[in-house]
Amino acid sequence: MAETICRTLRDGGLEGEHAPALAIKDSVASPFGLDVFSHVLTQLSNYILAGKSQSRGLVVVAFRRSPSFYVNLLKERGIDVNHKWVRILDCYTNPFGWKERLNVKEHSQEASTLSSFCKDVRDLDKLYSSIVELGKGLIGQEKGRFSVAIDLVSEMLRHASISSVSNLLSSLRSHDQVSSIFWLLHSDLHEVRVSTVLEYLSSMVASLEPINAPTIGQKGDLENLSLLEQNFRKGKFQARFKRRNGRVRVMCEELHVELSGINFTSVSSEDGIINQRLLPKVQFSLQLSEKEQTERAKVVLPFEHQGNGKPIQIYDGRRSISENKNEETLVSTGKLQTDEDTGKGEIIYFRDSDDEMPDSDEDPDDDLDI
Amino acid sequence: MNDNQSLNLLDRALGLDQQSRPWPLSGRVVLVEDCVETTASFVLHHLIKRSLSPNSSNVIVFVAFANPFSHYDRVLRKLGCNLVTQRDNNRFFFFDMLMLQCPDGDEGKSEVGLVSLYEKIRKTISVLPEDKKSHVTVMIDDISLMEVAANGASDYVLDFLHYCHALTSEFGCSLVTLNHEDIYSNTETPTFILQMEYLAEILIKAEPLATGLAADVHGQLTVLNKAPSHCDWELKEQGT
Repeated sequence: MAETICRTLRDGGLEGEHAPALAIKDSVASPFGLDVFSHVLTQLSNYILAGKSQSRGLVVVAFRRSPSFYVNLLKERGIDVNHKWVRILDCYTNPFGWKERLNVKEHSQEASTLSSFCKDVRDLDKLYSSIVELGKGLIGQEKGRFSVAIDLVSEMLRHASISSVSNLLSSLRSHDQVSSIFWLLHSDLHEVRVSTVLEYLSSMVASLEPINAPTIGQKGDLENLSLLEQNFRKGKFQARFKRRNGRVRVMCEELHVELSGINFTSVSSEDGIINQRLLPKVQFSLQLSEKEQTERAKVVLPFEHQGNGKPIQIYDGRRSISENKNEETLVSTGKLQTDEDTGKGEIIYFRDSDDEMPDSDEDPDDDLDI
Repeated sequence: MNDNQSLNLLDRALGLDQQSRPWPLSGRVVLVEDCVETTASFVLHHLIKRSLSPNSSNVIVFVAFANPFSHYDRVLRKLGCNLVTQRDNNRFFFFDMLMLQCPDGDEGKSEVGLVSLYEKIRKTISVLPEDKKSHVTVMIDDISLMEVAANGASDYVLDFLHYCHALTSEFGCSLVTLNHEDIYSNTETPTFILQMEYLAEILIKAEPLATGLAADVHGQLTVLNKAPSHCDWELKEQGT
């Protein structure tokens, strides 16, 4: 499932379409957001370097971690870091211009060849133009696209309104040179409506939840502590995809945090729970019981019988011998019956399969990775 | 006295028993959380003592909003550490912020006050020899009083903490802060304390015992160590 997310970002958007956008949401109870962000960043970087992605470069907007961190992260994963395919907008080192006020000179670091400083993260217009400028610098004069990764939108929301931030994200998504975009949000730092707005802006939402639900009011219980410890070693990773045809698909995996990074494993025993989660919580039942399914199977559809008391026959396109005889009899009786018959209509109903579930229009080719 | 024998569970939880690293907290951000029922100032005192041990060359930059120098000197003397000597030897830098009071009604002045505090800390670290910069621990006691001094300008306090976090990346120093969790627990959205928890790699939480008050045990300590140098995240508990 995590691979599906990375492939979607890799493939980018079609001409005239908004770039695919991934929102990663975590919370203090399951604080793996930066790990997932780093994982997606690494995967997308691999695709870019291998020439398999729509985008030819990546702009990382670093609020929470230093540019050096990202350079070291990519190097540790065996990725060749150079300014030809990656640029970092440094919103971490001096985000509010304090160093200018103190006349502090920045020491040159290796990351400085790849990174540009942003000295006022509160100016979102300047931030947007800096991101686009860095991206265009990667592409050059050729026609191409770049991807954008914002490591912490929560930090942007500390200094700007949700409308300004969503305007920036939306502008990036609709920019014709942006191939894909992904960002991280700490959901418990904001009101629900803020998270909702950002979810609407994204085509994929990856939510991180604790493996064990946190219990309130039971401090110090040893069993509770071991559950808490589990919550900081692994978590639930749930992704919601909005497809082009408008359908929404939800998938769930488990993630495990290890020294080398994070690993994703499928959830085997909880598929039933996931399917139940797909249904909205309403006061009436949307599913059929077994008895109701049996009764439904017995219902004769209007076009499956002629209303003349004859046994039900499903017309499969081939005429039976008995039908041929009936037709000959009709023809031989003459014009009078034919005249009577012209006043009546005939509806021919072809049923494809008794096994087909209603509203089943899943595209079987959705999972193809060509 | 053998240092290894004097190490306790808290030291092991923080990785202070690892002899291979000169100061295991280098580059780390530590948040100490306590409440009225169970204070965690002793954790700061313990870290000062460990950091200023004779075998090390660590330096502490202590930003005090809660108590004057004499208080910490008295407490650390009982633990066998002479802060006056350490201050004279340029191993303990004490910034007395008790009298800091930003003018009311002008948030810009609060920002100026915090910017100048940041400048002081940065200058103190930058003039040290290069090999000592990663052995510096910046301690702040405590953040809630810093907010009071800044007239409730929490955003500027978070900006200040962000710049201190950037110091840990730039110099490899460590940052230890103390805050009171129960101040924020009654608010609708305790975002300030959550912001600090997100910043921290090591969270040390002091809470009362689940069973209630006891004569000999004052509370319990939970250490959540997210530092990547550990194979997995550790959770330890001890009575105090």
